Amino acid sequence: MNNRLINWFRYASPQTFYPLAGKMIPWFWALTAVFGIAGLYIGFFAAPTDAQQGEGYRIIFIHVPASWMSMFIYLVMAFWAALGLGFNTRLSGMMASALAPTGALMAFLSLWTGALWGKPMWGTWWVWDARLTSELILFFLYLGFIALQSAIDEPRRADKAGAVLALVGVINIPIIYFSVKWWNTLHQGASVSLTRSPSMAQAMLWGMLLMALAFWMYSIAVALARVRAIILERERHAGWVEELREVRQ
Amino acid sequence: MKWNSLGEFLAMGGYAFYVWGSFGACAALMIVEPILVRLRRKNALQELKREIAASAENNET
Repeated sequence: MNNRLINWFRYASPQTFYPLAGKMIPWFWALTAVFGIAGLYIGFFAAPTDAQQGEGYRIIFIHVPASWMSMFIYLVMAFWAALGLGFNTRLSGMMASALAPTGALMAFLSLWTGALWGKPMWGTWWVWDARLTSELILFFLYLGFIALQSAIDEPRRADKAGAVLALVGVINIPIIYFSVKWWNTLHQGASVSLTRSPSMAQAMLWGMLLMALAFWMYSIAVALARVRAIILERERHAGWVEELREVRQ
Repeated sequence: MKWNSLGEFLAMGGYAFYVWGSFGACAALMIVEPILVRLRRKNALQELKREIAASAENNET
């Protein structure tokens, strides 16, 4: 076992990652609950009414975290896909497959809450502008990735095909992010940026950041649970899987 | 506390449909997704046990 040389690669094998993920999942669920409760409390009880949008702006506490996660999960998914293509590691492809449905969920939530926010504030559920359209494309990229993988029976080939799609689609992420700068759009600009102080009340900002953390922890927890199921499906002929306590029972 | 009553909280200043439509969809999806993952795990484990039982039977005969 020459991969013992670097301790890191130890966790790249499904056999060592499976129990490790199992131990981590409850902690991520706990963090999801802590951040979620704190975020909801601040979002509904501490954050003030918005001067222009009244109580309607509170959709932001779902909309922004879901939109961020939809983009971030895609980047992580593409990262694992690239790793799988480059090094042919088994776990990488499984990680990418495990992330796709959660990413699709986040993209859907972003679009759904965006429509419910757009209707009262802009007077329309939907416009074909750059920000909204590129987010819709992101949603379709996730669905395309899932559909492509499920259409190919051989898992390693499905991983490769999915990886190519995921990597080509990465171009969409900067387009979404910068779309409000590059094109005229109905969508407002970034409320939070690294280069200037945020254009919102402290409590609103904290509520949003806590909700974003909750979404982040949720995504990790559910993706780890899914990758464990995928490992069981794909490694079912490996000896170590048959030795698992949950299998022997 | 900024809300005077539960009714006022639920009304969300007239945006109840939009606000609760957003939070409700989010809550529903985040409850359903882990359940689906759990089912997927259950199915995988069942399949595994069946295969192991089948191969044990083959070995005996």
